[in-house]
Amino acid sequence: MKTTARVLVALAVCLALGACTKKVKPDDNTNTNNNSGADNGAQTNPMADDGLYGPEDLDTDECLRQRVVYFDFDQDGLKPEFQAAIACHAKYLRDRPSARMTLEGHADERGTREYNVALGERRGNAVSAAVQGSGGSGSQITVTSLGEERPTCLDSTEDCWSKNRRVEISYSSK
Amino acid sequence: MKNFFQRLMCLCLFMAAPLSAQVLDLGVISGNEGSLPIAVVPMAYQGKLAAPELQVSDIIRADLNRSGQFRSMPETGLIARPTRGSEVKFNDWRLAKQDFLVVGRVLDDAQGSYRIEYELYDVAKQERMLGLSLTSRAKGLRDVSHQIADQIYEKILGVRGAFWTRIAYVTANGVGKNIKYSLMVADSDGMNPQNVVTYSEPLLSPAWSPDGRKLAYVSFERGNSTIYIQELNTGAREMVASFKGINGAPSFSPDGRRMAMTLSKSGNPEIYVMDLASRSLTQVTNHYSIDTEAVWSADGQSLIFTSDRGGRPQLYQVSANGGEPRRLSFSGDSNAKASVSYDGKRIASAQGKGSVYRVSILDVASGSWQSLSPGNLDESPSFAPNASMLLYANKEGRRGVLYAVSADGRVRQRIVLADGDVREPAWGPFRQK
Repeated sequence: MKTTARVLVALAVCLALGACTKKVKPDDNTNTNNNSGADNGAQTNPMADDGLYGPEDLDTDECLRQRVVYFDFDQDGLKPEFQAAIACHAKYLRDRPSARMTLEGHADERGTREYNVALGERRGNAVSAAVQGSGGSGSQITVTSLGEERPTCLDSTEDCWSKNRRVEISYSSK
Repeated sequence: MKNFFQRLMCLCLFMAAPLSAQVLDLGVISGNEGSLPIAVVPMAYQGKLAAPELQVSDIIRADLNRSGQFRSMPETGLIARPTRGSEVKFNDWRLAKQDFLVVGRVLDDAQGSYRIEYELYDVAKQERMLGLSLTSRAKGLRDVSHQIADQIYEKILGVRGAFWTRIAYVTANGVGKNIKYSLMVADSDGMNPQNVVTYSEPLLSPAWSPDGRKLAYVSFERGNSTIYIQELNTGAREMVASFKGINGAPSFSPDGRRMAMTLSKSGNPEIYVMDLASRSLTQVTNHYSIDTEAVWSADGQSLIFTSDRGGRPQLYQVSANGGEPRRLSFSGDSNAKASVSYDGKRIASAQGKGSVYRVSILDVASGSWQSLSPGNLDESPSFAPNASMLLYANKEGRRGVLYAVSADGRVRQRIVLADGDVREPAWGPFRQK
């Protein structure tokens, strides 16, 4: 099982690198004038990975693909296990100043609907603050809340409730 | 005997149901022991044209039963069918253990209208308590029937009846991306449902204007929550709040000139009061906690709202001009979404203990609480305008249903939409003729 996971990660990284190389290639043309002075047969290449996130990483990067942050009942405190993902999304915002993130807060069905709209917003704000704490800019982030109105799971069980208490991270502009 | 009544009542309602697929199905849930026995005799059509399709006495009987204050004799058990006082043999009705008797008849009136003449008798005293005549077009017969039930209720109990009123609620139909939310208005018995607005994004928090002509509600159609006020007769609506963040929980002041609402434009949900004519806002609360679901006290001087400033959601009261809020609820782990009785003496809330939420009523003078509903996920209580009954929402399996419960908790009746999920009930004000 572990090996399979590692292979998958490796595959994902390979794909990501491959995608990067392709994307960057057109920029080569601007660099070709390096060659125009002395054609001595040397070929220059851009770095395949400049360490910056690109839009394709949203689909391929293991860390950026984590788009849901879960919460405890009636709580808006971030659990430690989501810190890494939040840091990745903060870096994405830093790397791509044109990107715009939407944080959509949700609650489970317990408690009243308007209270849960407020609770969902509070959870969205908690994620927003954490992203900004990791260097993301607040001007790139919009927080909305749908309270308990859009559950992903419909049963009245803790299992369902834990899936519904969440903030969904999405990008309106990548 | 009780079971027999219940079954019969259900049967009558099921028979009425096919009139419209959208009709709410009402079933009596629990008993009405200790309520007043009353016989409502079918009101025979004595005109010369077409008899009305609707039997006025059925509606009156169902109204009186639903209130929990009365136990009406099932039609099949009636010992005689008089249509006027002179035909009544009081001793028979006394032996049948009936305290009150309603007899009447339907006659022709001008231009195809009907005239309903009815009389209410005190059986023991053999005295006429009411003798009235009402006119109605065929399509107004439901309204007239509810008005008669109100007159009977008020004459016997000394409290204005609230059967001729309307209720608003939200339905959700479909799944996933095909889900449609509708704001509906129906008669107090769930009949005659009419669609006020439908959208693919959530609708919530319907609130009646005191004159019953408008509904305020929250829609997510713009992505973010937005408060609208819609004129029921014309369907015309206006956007009253669409600030950054939450625009929620609208509540008209008793004079209809102001609206309490929750706005998070400051970064945190706070209670505001908007002057509806000038649209100017007064901030009422200022606290880092969640403050929401404000409703007006009966005198319009203060607001009762939900806040988690003490850790969990509880009810607080604050002057409508602002100031220091005072905590009202000290029972249960949490209390939210207050509904205040017209006289301000009782406050209903969704009270949580662990994962069980029940509708509970606070008697303001004594500070004591009474639970009205069994749980587990009961919320959104809404008092009838005479405070004799409440509506609330509950979840059965995966769908929401509404219940009507008498304010003493004795009689509960489930109101289920044929298909779909029903929530957010709001009982409208008394109607004006």
